[in-house]
Amino acid sequence: MSGPTASPWRDARRRLLRDRPARISLLVLGLIGATSLAAPLLPLPSPVALDLALEPSAPVAPWAEFGRGGWSPEAYWKLSPPDQALLGLREAIFGDWQTSNWLGTDARGRDLLSRIVWGSRTSIQVALAATLCSLLFGVTYGAFSGLVGGRTDNLMMRAVDVLYSVPVIFLVIFLISALGEYRTRLAAHGIGHMTVFYLVIGGVYWLTMARVVRGQVLVLRETDFIQAARALGASRVRILIRHLLPNVLPVVVVYLTLTIPSVMLFEAFLSFLGLGVEAPMVSWGTLAVDGVEGINPIRPFWWLALWPSLAMGTTLLALGILGDGLRDALDPRMAPLLGGKHR
Amino acid sequence: MARFLLRRLAWFAITLWVVMSLSFALMRAVPGGPFDGERRLSAAIERNVAQRYHLDWPLWRQYLQYTGPLNLDEGRAGFLGGNGTRRFGGLLTGDLGPSFKHRDYTVNQIIAESLPISMALGIAAMAWALALGLGAGVLSAVRRGGKIDVGVRLIATLGIAVPNFVVASLLILVFSFGAGLLPVAGWGSARHLVLPALALGAPFAAHIARLARTGMLEVLSQDHIRTARAKGLPERIVVLRHALRGGVLPVVSYLGPAAAGILTGSLVIERIFAIPGTGTHFVNSALGRDYTLAMGVTLLYTALVYTLNTAVDVIYRLLDPRIELGGEGR
Amino acid sequence: MSVSGALPTPRALLSILLMALLGLGALLGLGRLARSARLQRADFVFNNGSDVSSLDPAAVTGTPEGRLLRAISEGLVIRDPRSLEPMGGAAHSWERSEDGLVWTFHLREDARWTNGDPVEAADFVFSFERLLDPATAAPYAYQLYPVVGARAYNTEVDEAGRPAHDFADTVGIRKLAPLELEIRLEASTPYFLDLLAFHALLPVNRRALEEARSRWGASWEQEWLRPENIVTNGAFRVLERRLGDRIRLVRNRDYWDADSVALESIDVLAIENQATMLNLYLTGEVDWIERLAPSLVPRLREREDYHAEPYLGAYFYRFNVTRAPFGDVRIRRALALAVDRRAICDLVLKGGQGVSWGLVPPGFDGYAYPRMAHTERGGEEAMDEEQALAADCEEARALIAEAGFGPEGEPFPPIELHYNNAESHREIALVVAERWQRELGIEVLLLNQEWKLYLGTQRNLGYDISRSSWIGDYPDPNTFLDVFKTDGENNRTGWGNADYDRLIEAAAAEPDLERRLEVLAEAEGILLEELPILPIYSYVTQNLVHPRLGGFWGNLQDEHPPRFFYWMDDEELARSRAGL
Repeated sequence: MSGPTASPWRDARRRLLRDRPARISLLVLGLIGATSLAAPLLPLPSPVALDLALEPSAPVAPWAEFGRGGWSPEAYWKLSPPDQALLGLREAIFGDWQTSNWLGTDARGRDLLSRIVWGSRTSIQVALAATLCSLLFGVTYGAFSGLVGGRTDNLMMRAVDVLYSVPVIFLVIFLISALGEYRTRLAAHGIGHMTVFYLVIGGVYWLTMARVVRGQVLVLRETDFIQAARALGASRVRILIRHLLPNVLPVVVVYLTLTIPSVMLFEAFLSFLGLGVEAPMVSWGTLAVDGVEGINPIRPFWWLALWPSLAMGTTLLALGILGDGLRDALDPRMAPLLGGKHR
Repeated sequence: MARFLLRRLAWFAITLWVVMSLSFALMRAVPGGPFDGERRLSAAIERNVAQRYHLDWPLWRQYLQYTGPLNLDEGRAGFLGGNGTRRFGGLLTGDLGPSFKHRDYTVNQIIAESLPISMALGIAAMAWALALGLGAGVLSAVRRGGKIDVGVRLIATLGIAVPNFVVASLLILVFSFGAGLLPVAGWGSARHLVLPALALGAPFAAHIARLARTGMLEVLSQDHIRTARAKGLPERIVVLRHALRGGVLPVVSYLGPAAAGILTGSLVIERIFAIPGTGTHFVNSALGRDYTLAMGVTLLYTALVYTLNTAVDVIYRLLDPRIELGGEGR
Repeated sequence: MSVSGALPTPRALLSILLMALLGLGALLGLGRLARSARLQRADFVFNNGSDVSSLDPAAVTGTPEGRLLRAISEGLVIRDPRSLEPMGGAAHSWERSEDGLVWTFHLREDARWTNGDPVEAADFVFSFERLLDPATAAPYAYQLYPVVGARAYNTEVDEAGRPAHDFADTVGIRKLAPLELEIRLEASTPYFLDLLAFHALLPVNRRALEEARSRWGASWEQEWLRPENIVTNGAFRVLERRLGDRIRLVRNRDYWDADSVALESIDVLAIENQATMLNLYLTGEVDWIERLAPSLVPRLREREDYHAEPYLGAYFYRFNVTRAPFGDVRIRRALALAVDRRAICDLVLKGGQGVSWGLVPPGFDGYAYPRMAHTERGGEEAMDEEQALAADCEEARALIAEAGFGPEGEPFPPIELHYNNAESHREIALVVAERWQRELGIEVLLLNQEWKLYLGTQRNLGYDISRSSWIGDYPDPNTFLDVFKTDGENNRTGWGNADYDRLIEAAAAEPDLERRLEVLAEAEGILLEELPILPIYSYVTQNLVHPRLGGFWGNLQDEHPPRFFYWMDDEELARSRAGL
């Protein structure tokens, strides 16, 4: 008994790679991801090294001044061991050379290019971790609900509806405040501020995932091969794992690429309200908020707004195009469910 | 239809109750009270303040007092031990209580003053998002593959790639300082509505454009459209009368989340443009532990979102009778 | 699909209904807009920084509230806008007894409330009683504690929660005649007149309050303060109030000095966002703003409408001396030495803030201003800033080693630097943390909490080092120094010193002004030796004021009563510009 689990992945991959915009976005995202991972290795100035001056300094073109000395491995916060190792490697290769302020600096003299690169780490981390959290809660909840059906399903979805109506920002403010109060106790268990952040955002986004997965499971449940499996006496769990989840995964993956932009923007929104990531960590959200200060009629510090917006915009654009491509590439039968292209 | 609406109403009540209880628990669980200030009050005064606002009562009693309809303070009914001057009160009688921070106002007054403003802003934003988004999306679908299509897709995806406060600041710089056409902030005339509505609606216009395009493409390739074309009907009639109805479906189902998103986005926009709407009160009351105002605005938002979602479901059903109302397969 | 027929289908009807509802909502909102548009631009518009929490003088604590209330109400005494000297307000003159314990105030005959009542001594007795009444729960009731019996009346209650003492019998405030008021003090308080000018001590109209109570029952507390009901006695009165937007004031024709008030109408805005208020100022919608973004200050400083004045406020870090290792004064001193105050003032804040080596900010003549011991900058040794700072850091390292930490001793535990997320607190914390890390090898974690949470943590001593400010209530060093009495409500450091307490109390009882300042200086000296706080800078207010506005003068407490404002004509404007 063969189901649609056999070759659709290969077909999908082929279709995806044929789509040129999707190919390009995949490349762009790969580049961003690689730069982000390799951040400690790149010969950039430290994103937190203060160089106090009266005003943010304007960008210095690479051909005007390519690099300078003066870098020190001391000027970082406590990095994780792999990052520390990369930093050591960087020191071995480049010594104390660092790039100049090609994109300008902020009001504290911190290099903007470096902050964008290191900020991408935080933003990507937040986005990934949050979406993973939402995935964990959402997929399990939704799949279970869809599979069980009947009154339990109804009740579970009603619960989701009710939770959906709770104003998100309220929950976030309170969760962040409340968890801030117990920070010492949480820190003792290894749950730092960032983890709290992920959990909070993930706790907010799982609802949509649950809905989507449940909808998908409902449709799949009626398909032939699932019926057949049931007729043959397969247990619910077995059906869940072997048949449903692999077929739900495409939908989930597509939804993930569409959720990550929302999460990034939500993080920026929280930063605007003052509830974002804490110093000295830097994220694209905090950079966007700092950048807004540069958009003023007295002395526009245009670089503070332009470069982070470009970085964020490019990433989200790429994610969007990739998401479209993924949706169109995967099983065409499923595409209409997500509003995809009709073949 | 009537049964559906009745059922929705019942769930509305339940939702409100759950939200209220959840928010109540959360608010009291979070440290910091509404009267904590830089200068500490003496113990006696703190006690008096707590007494005035019933903050010294056990939580269950505060909860019941807030919910109503029976009032539980000195004015309560005679048989409960009070002097009977104020027998009823609380949420169930429509009384959301006095604001802790804005002492001279009740929550009802604050909402009555600020809600029409936020609604005007929200509706303006939604209207322009729909108009622009639908127009661009339909056009792009009809001219599929052409330059317009690519252009619209690009701008649409860009519109959701930058946070709305950045967009707002840029708009201010360009239109207020650059062109001198529009006011930088404030409220009081139609001109004050333009930039905030633009900034607020921009990301949703982009989303709607994408959805409309996809929906239209889906419909345009279906049989009944081919039939209409074969019958010799002009393309415009085909698109507007026959295809639009079905093609607009994904947009309609997005209206619910879009409205909720506009609500959230308004928090930022109202701050930047100094608009005295409910959004500002929402954030400030949560951060300032103004229990009654925070609760009132939360319930308001819940009610709005719920009503909008229901309205969307109804519209959906009206547009496509194939969809069965009942909450499945969404 | 749809079939065109004579009657619309039920479905179509419902969709029409929905559209109609939406349209109605839109109309309501736009109707609201139209109503708002009726207000013309006021004579003078300024930004008050945040919404006023109440118009009841007894209920408020903030500076924005104070500013508004002082515009619409008048106390016994007001202050000269240039020198802050007390001048006649509702009282035209007063006498002080030899020992400084009895004050007699003579009220004006022609002062009126907006409801026509004359302003009488009875009004002030009523208002002060109300302020001290425990049931009112006024946060600033302690301003009247210098008065005989006030503290006991305010804090001692019986089981029913009512005051244990009788006001008329025990408290030293009484009416001698319809226009004469006597106040008796526990000890001669040199700043008593300044206290009387404080916003908490503004009068309220008894008749209005009682009428409201009988008329509106349960909701009287909101009703008596509404613009159409409120009764005030100041230079302006409230015309309209729009929450989150503006409060419209108009000139009070019944004010005894109405002829000298130049402005006809004032709009008080409530904008918190710095960028927005600057934009509004630059487009001419607002005539006066304060609080400017530091990154723009270098450019704004060059404008003619920029005014910077020293302000009676201190910015410092509190040490939690109950937590190790901050119980050791050597550690506190070491951390206090290794701070680059000059960089913070010049490069982070950029507003001309003053480096502070003490608690009390500059502005008091005759006060000795003790300083925390440090290497002198630019003194006879002619050391420049960098060298002096290096020398201080050297001393800091030595102190840390002496305390048993550092490379020879135990590793220094990580420190948490606690602040709330507003203004430049984060920036300053970053600079301080960076230097401690670099010079002293201490790991510093930054802890940002939102305001209420931050206050709670500070109060419960749940912090290591916490950012703080203190704004003086009246122009006397005591307003800063009595904060740090042992177990003082606002102490929040866990520090206490018996000698310090003794000196503060002695100063309160000291009648001779010079001697009093000496005692206070001695107390501050103790504070700066023990260093439960880490002084950083003293405040400067920055105002952007329309160049044409006359009657605006800088002063130490940043009080600018609109009563004295007027618009200069071209001649005067040219003269004032030439004078600069």
